[in-house]
Amino acid sequence: MARQNSLARPTRRVSDRPYHTMKQSRIAITGLGLTAPNGNTLAEYRQNLLTGVSGVELIEVRYMGAQPAGVCHFDPLKYQKKKDVRIGTRAGSISIHCAREALADSGLNWETFDKSRAGIYLGITEHGNVETENEIYNLSLFKHDTKFWSHHHNPRTVANNPAGEVSLNLGVTGPAYTLGAACAAGNLGLIHAAQMLRLGEVDVAFAGGVSESIGTFGIFAAFKSQGALASHPDPTKASRPFDKKRNGIVVSEGGCIYTMERLEDAVARGARIYGEVGGYCVNSDATDYVLPNSVRQAECIRRALAHAGLEAADIDIVNTHATATPQGDIQECQAIREVFAGCEGVNINNTKSFIGHAMGAAGALELAGNLPSFNDLTVHPTINVDELDPQCELPGLVLNQPRKAKRVDAILNNSFGMLGINSVLIILRYRG
Amino acid sequence: MTKEECRKLVTEIIADIAPDEDLSNLKPDVRLRDQLQLDSMDFLDIVMELRKRHGIEVPEADYIQLASLDSCAEYLTPKFNGLAARG
Repeated sequence: MARQNSLARPTRRVSDRPYHTMKQSRIAITGLGLTAPNGNTLAEYRQNLLTGVSGVELIEVRYMGAQPAGVCHFDPLKYQKKKDVRIGTRAGSISIHCAREALADSGLNWETFDKSRAGIYLGITEHGNVETENEIYNLSLFKHDTKFWSHHHNPRTVANNPAGEVSLNLGVTGPAYTLGAACAAGNLGLIHAAQMLRLGEVDVAFAGGVSESIGTFGIFAAFKSQGALASHPDPTKASRPFDKKRNGIVVSEGGCIYTMERLEDAVARGARIYGEVGGYCVNSDATDYVLPNSVRQAECIRRALAHAGLEAADIDIVNTHATATPQGDIQECQAIREVFAGCEGVNINNTKSFIGHAMGAAGALELAGNLPSFNDLTVHPTINVDELDPQCELPGLVLNQPRKAKRVDAILNNSFGMLGINSVLIILRYRG
Repeated sequence: MTKEECRKLVTEIIADIAPDEDLSNLKPDVRLRDQLQLDSMDFLDIVMELRKRHGIEVPEADYIQLASLDSCAEYLTPKFNGLAARG
């Protein structure tokens, strides 16, 4: 019952929306571009999510040897010159690929578009580790004499690098920056874009998240030291959220960037609309550097629901953040169990089981993997669950095989990160 | 090392610095900037590669000597030969 009221045109009580009392523009997703370890287009990615194809493989990590990782195989030269690839960063190349694909997908007339009215908002977990490690390694070959340190180091490692490379490539003269939010960053890119569109700061946003983290041994080594780095004889089975024998994170690279517009603008130009921003929340645990907090996660989910004017039972798919760490998965399941208690129709899945943890790209990429469910009414599964951990048992978990859903009108996407940052984003089917 | 060999080494570096450029018809007596899309950062890369690959130092005051392949050969060949002589 709540669904019919809320999705048709929500009747919202001010008390439900303490920080949103003014009338706001509706925000549409009108295009997307991605590169994931198991696909470089939405069609390829989705097909692999529905047929159980993992994108995790073994790579050589400096000082550590072979490790499972999610590697993207797009062609950087599709949209960049060789020189730009040489000077720029992997995150820059990923961002340019995704932004260009999103632009083409959006149908925007870029020739005539006022480039000062476009914004680029990209979530990142970290940036600069890859380039810094490479320079230090290079320096070690020259007795650590700093005259061998590259003058490219600074433009490669400034935090806005991925967004800045996109602005150079697309000629965007509006705001272009990154949002550092650990592994909650992918959702944050979209959330921030919705806010900027509603404020009228830009007319089109390129928004999402990116990661080049497989290029830094430090992230692998730190997870290893923390006891949170995945290992498995078969790399395609290394990322196994909710499985009893899960043993940690598969580090991945990737990116997903959406074009987002105010709905009235999108409708006026006859754009295809993938979905509409329903609601969102970003909050903080304020409890630990690393350990998640299920109470704050649940609070974040509830606030996002309230922001959207929805109830838990209105959600059809919950895409979990679960990274396959022993404790983290349990914490998130506790949060979901509490918020969605009694909601028998909700389907719960996990995309990291296919692609590993794409860090800053995770939230945006994982949302993309689920958006086609609005059309095909199919929920992609969580793979690699050979024996479900009883502490991760949830009624709606979609395990190992896709599931047909009676309806998919609302998708809730969880992304949580270190230092206790949580982001939850709800995307609705566009109904006119 | 001959000046021709020196021009060849510099051209190899430029091929890596400016990989999109066609170097097959590079005129040795014409300024590199007038023939190729090279900016000041690219010249810093050339200086760095001379340092890394060949142990050649080019002080900032001498960057102007790298203007063309011919001026590079004129300036760098004695440096290469000096390094070779020192063993």
